[in-house]
Amino acid sequence: MSMKTSTRQVDGVTIVDLSGRITLGEGSVVLRDTVRDLLSKGNKKLLLNLGDVNYIDSSGIGELVSAFTTAKNQGGELKLLNLTKKVHDLLQITKLYTVFDVRDDEATAVKSF
Amino acid sequence: MVPQRVSYTMDSTLETVNHAEEVATRLATEAGFDDEDVMKISMAVREAAVNAVLHGNAYDLAKKVMVDFERTAHDLVITIRDQGRGLDMSKLPDPREEENLLKMSGRGIFLIRSFMDKVEIHPSHSGTEIKLTKHVHGPTVT
Repeated sequence: MSMKTSTRQVDGVTIVDLSGRITLGEGSVVLRDTVRDLLSKGNKKLLLNLGDVNYIDSSGIGELVSAFTTAKNQGGELKLLNLTKKVHDLLQITKLYTVFDVRDDEATAVKSF
Repeated sequence: MVPQRVSYTMDSTLETVNHAEEVATRLATEAGFDDEDVMKISMAVREAAVNAVLHGNAYDLAKKVMVDFERTAHDLVITIRDQGRGLDMSKLPDPREEENLLKMSGRGIFLIRSFMDKVEIHPSHSGTEIKLTKHVHGPTVT
């Protein structure tokens, strides 16, 4: 299953709902293009909803890191929402859980920006 | 049980990566691993295949990726070989170190080592061989 994204605005925050796999190739490219496009259009508060992301590989993890640093370098903020257990565990063992601002409640996450 | 072995010689493409992962998922399930271990094994194989296709063979279609899956009485052993220059073992920094945390790449081998019981990497001038072993604790295939 490839990755799909859709975006919505909630109180000035752009929520990107992702589903499928973020892996080397299409999934990573879609994530990269989506984040860069949003930032270029002035959307600086980004919340990636990973609730329906059932698989991510090291390339996908790299893309998340890249999205995070790209947003930061452009004066924005990128946070993560609704991690599945698999993605949560991957961020734990790679110690990236301490890098990302990870939230499990959308309303609280939106208010945190 | 009768030891089982399947071998594939594949092109240096992303389809090879996906295929290797699919076969790993199927064989690990058949070997009796639980869902979490199946995920770990298939992800380790995927990462090793990515290394072979991307870093080893650099998508060169003249170079092949050889994948062997072997089910023994006690282990599932997967061996992946490429025909690249050979992995530079001195360039495998710990991705969890502070200075590496925000790097885009460099987590593949780390994840493989985290997920498998035994990982042997043999680089040479004619390519890299990586041998992944997971001990079977689930029901025995007969």
